[in-house]
Amino acid sequence: MRPAPTVTTAIELDGVSRAFGPVLALDRVSLAVQAGEFFALLGPSGSGKTTCLRLVAGFDRPTSGRILLAGEDVTGIPPFDRSVNTVFQDYALFPHMTVAENVAYGPKVRGVRPAERRRQALEVLELVRLQELAERSPAQLSGGQKQRVALARALVNRPKVLLLDEPLGALDLRLREEMQTELKALQQRLGITFLYVTHDQGEALSMADRIAVFRDGHIEQLDSPRGLYVRPKTAFVARFVGSANVIEASAAARLTGVSQAFAIRPELIDVLPAGREAPEGSVISCDGVLEDVQYHGATSRWLVRLDIGTSLTAACPESGMQDPGIKPGSRVRLAWARDSLVALAGG
Amino acid sequence: MLRAISATLHGRRGFYLALLLLPPLLWLGIVYLGSLLALLLQSFYAIDEFTARIVPEFTLATYGQLLSHPANVDIILRTLAMAVAVTLAAAVIAFPVANYMARYAGPRLKGFFYVGVMMPMWTSYLVKVYAWRLVLAKQGILSWFVDQSGLTTLLDQALATPVVGGPSLASSYLGMFVVFVYMWLPFMILPLAAALERVPESLLQASADLGARPGQTFRQVVLPLALPGLAAGSVFTFSLTLGDYIIPSVVGAPGYFIGMMVYQQQGTAGNIPLAAAFSVVPILLISVYLALAKRLGAFDAL
Repeated sequence: MRPAPTVTTAIELDGVSRAFGPVLALDRVSLAVQAGEFFALLGPSGSGKTTCLRLVAGFDRPTSGRILLAGEDVTGIPPFDRSVNTVFQDYALFPHMTVAENVAYGPKVRGVRPAERRRQALEVLELVRLQELAERSPAQLSGGQKQRVALARALVNRPKVLLLDEPLGALDLRLREEMQTELKALQQRLGITFLYVTHDQGEALSMADRIAVFRDGHIEQLDSPRGLYVRPKTAFVARFVGSANVIEASAAARLTGVSQAFAIRPELIDVLPAGREAPEGSVISCDGVLEDVQYHGATSRWLVRLDIGTSLTAACPESGMQDPGIKPGSRVRLAWARDSLVALAGG
Repeated sequence: MLRAISATLHGRRGFYLALLLLPPLLWLGIVYLGSLLALLLQSFYAIDEFTARIVPEFTLATYGQLLSHPANVDIILRTLAMAVAVTLAAAVIAFPVANYMARYAGPRLKGFFYVGVMMPMWTSYLVKVYAWRLVLAKQGILSWFVDQSGLTTLLDQALATPVVGGPSLASSYLGMFVVFVYMWLPFMILPLAAALERVPESLLQASADLGARPGQTFRQVVLPLALPGLAAGSVFTFSLTLGDYIIPSVVGAPGYFIGMMVYQQQGTAGNIPLAAAFSVVPILLISVYLALAKRLGAFDAL
């Protein structure tokens, strides 16, 4: 039995399943989000993360299991009676209302008087620095501005929990990075619990306090960003978070003598000219052919096919040593420290 | 040869555009607006009382004749009242059907609904009107059904109502109203379903998420966004009822409708100017209706 939820648990899922016909979108998922936490649900599309969010919002009901908000069972409670608010992926702004009317919608349907709800709306719009666009229609806004309005509209009811469904998915890269910083700062300033759905591992790593990695309807690993990156438990997490190399058990046996799958980060692998002795401390080395070099600016990714059959990617910093003799097609030696290998369960 | 022509046309965008626009503009300009103008012109002529010839001189005498006879004013008001009643009833009946089609029906059921709504339009209008007269007749299947289900007193009460009632459904305004609603319902359902289909599911979720109960979501989000569809559908039901002359002459009480007057004045009575003046009335009424709808913001969400 799990311990009884305390008041500091903002969201709790207790053995929640959701079946769509024969397809099990969520399979007995349990997790607890602490109050004030920035919690990310990370996974590829169809992994169950959005289903999870919709269940917490109340747009959908679980097939089995319980959902608790601040310790209170809300499993059968409709969305309009739940103390959570949602920022939608497509923003879902009401096209027939101005920005201010959109933001004032929450107070309006709760019976707040016109002057007071307008004051509240302008206050929240100031928080996202959009007060001068209050009288515009949503159609006249850019993607980033719509995103802020959606955020303001969700915050106006002063929810304890904010649900965000890929909120930055439709923005371009520069704007996305800007909004990441802003969202994180806002979350810390307001002390609201964030449940944040994303398929972008970079976004989850940089913003979240804790991350649940979803795969095929279950949580593959739940950990801090650093924990996920440094100690992935399965090959799926290793590949999905930070695109680590996964060495299958059979190949690992020939490299290390231990028949267990390993993960190794591309940036922990040294690339040397063939035949060169590995530097001190690098215990494992192996030879192969350099197949391709992808230039990524700060680093380059070197794709090496090892003689034992496995392919590995090594990431070399732009400023690091570059032997001009190494070109695609030439033989190279890869070397890394034994403790860079992370043992994986399952394989 | 063809290449040379297409190259020449490509170089002269204006000429190309004019060539493409010519047929529709001719159609719209001459066949449509031209005949409408001719009609308008006719309504400003009058008929010579003795010779029954049209006098091609501008006069407001025909309009005077139209508005000075209480019987004519009655006809206009009767037609207008029927059009308003039919439009309101069609909107109320169509909304749940359209909403179900747009939001809840699966792809197969939706196709079934669309075909079901449109199928009555594949049969002859006249056949349907005469079929309805039989259905509504004193010994028709409807009164049989009412008898069987023990609702006779209810039907008798409805038929005893002054003005709308009558000896049977087939010879009362109530029956005429039923047939009108049946006839024009598809014209209300289809634009309404199209408008509702354009309302994304996430807007309804956002509304509920912000604390709106289903009734509030309907009034604040669904209805305003469905207004353009409702306006389009009501223009159909309103104008079709205003102009129809077959339904009032086959089903219902003997009172005249605008369409019947137009038919009679241009036919047996041979008073083309008065027929034209009568035809101008629905045009004016619909213009007023559209202006009102626009002022109420029906087209803001377009």
